[in-house]
Amino acid sequence: MTATDYAGLARQGLWHNNPGLVQLLGLCPLLAVSSTVVNAVALGLATTLVLVGSGVTVSLIRRAARPEIRIPVFVLIIASFVTTVELVMNAFFHDLYRILGIFVPLIVTNCAILGRAEAFASRTTPAPAGFDGLMMGLGFTGVLTALGGLRELLGHGTLLRNAELLLGERAAGLGLQVLPVEQGFLLALLPPGAFIGLGLLVALKNGIDGHLARRAAAAGSPAAEPGGEPQQTAS
Amino acid sequence: MAFDRTLVSSMLRAGGLLLAVAAGGVGVVAFVHQHTAEHIELRRQERTLEQLEAVLPPRRYTNNPAADTLQVRDPRLGTDEPVTAYRARDHGEPEAVVLTVIAPDGYNGPIELLVAINRDGSLAGVRVVEHNETPGLGDAIEAERSDWIRGFRGRSLGDPPREDWALRQDGGAFDQLTGASITPRAVIRAVARALAYYREERNRLFTASGEAD
Repeated sequence: MTATDYAGLARQGLWHNNPGLVQLLGLCPLLAVSSTVVNAVALGLATTLVLVGSGVTVSLIRRAARPEIRIPVFVLIIASFVTTVELVMNAFFHDLYRILGIFVPLIVTNCAILGRAEAFASRTTPAPAGFDGLMMGLGFTGVLTALGGLRELLGHGTLLRNAELLLGERAAGLGLQVLPVEQGFLLALLPPGAFIGLGLLVALKNGIDGHLARRAAAAGSPAAEPGGEPQQTAS
Repeated sequence: MAFDRTLVSSMLRAGGLLLAVAAGGVGVVAFVHQHTAEHIELRRQERTLEQLEAVLPPRRYTNNPAADTLQVRDPRLGTDEPVTAYRARDHGEPEAVVLTVIAPDGYNGPIELLVAINRDGSLAGVRVVEHNETPGLGDAIEAERSDWIRGFRGRSLGDPPREDWALRQDGGAFDQLTGASITPRAVIRAVARALAYYREERNRLFTASGEAD
């Protein structure tokens, strides 16, 4: 068995091939529930659970899943995991479940999940498949959280409001009033604000990549970042 | 035509695998469902009770309104579907009724309300259960965001008179919400309709059992 490049998988999922910033997959939940940090983290973690579960399962049956029926098999597996996560959230995080509403069952349509099942998990052993799911999920959660933080800060002037929904009653005081706003910046909370925020995050990522590439080039190591995306500079 | 054995066996294998995966998935979901159903039902009841207590203080009744319900159907409640009426009684005497009312003409679709009406036809309280109004503007109808919805308390169809059940900007008696007029208009109309419904159906609301049209 060949050694798996776990560090490479982590870099791909968290940065170079991030589902939210690079693949631009799963935008529907990404844009719809990223109005606060707590909502964003909750949906991100639910998606991560599904990614890990479906990745491992798809990998386990990859030899039996014949090409003609692999897509229905993957969809069945993903739908089972999503329904499980939905039931558990409904039972134990009921208020959060009510806020996220339709976007929990809609995880099933997040193409990042079917994409990973098809492109990665069905071609490898369970351990790397699960790890890849975890990294992709955390990458997705990271983008959701960053966007949620940005929108919550501008829209409500707070961070981590309603933390008790996710962490229990003891976390009720965790919300921070960062900016003293009476009436927040409404645009940040509305769907256009989500698109603009995501656009800024993508630009920021490309800007950082461009900066790193230039610095690497200046230092005279042309092969510094293999596998990077086509670089784009943002000013 | 020759009977193609390999083709049939490959079809059978593919079908078998699909069947196995489907059965496995259903098994997992059924298992989880069995272990969460009780919690989910509990959460649902807790939430209903919480909302009822917000519109009607528990010290005013001795029964369990969440169990003493009536399904009612009337266009004045804003929907063609039957909705739930919760009945509060004090030692058997009718005390108040809490109606589920839909305001169909919200800015972003229907707004679901709980309207608690005292026996004499005055309002004990109104709360928004579900809505999709604009965050920062229309969502001020939520009790957590502004006091506006509490302004209904104690009002009735005579106070203000029926024709004054409108926003001040429309010549009525109710305060407006900054930046939103469609949302509060919808709520005011829905509450007024519910009061009119109650005035005519009061006796039946307290005496009927189970289903009623």
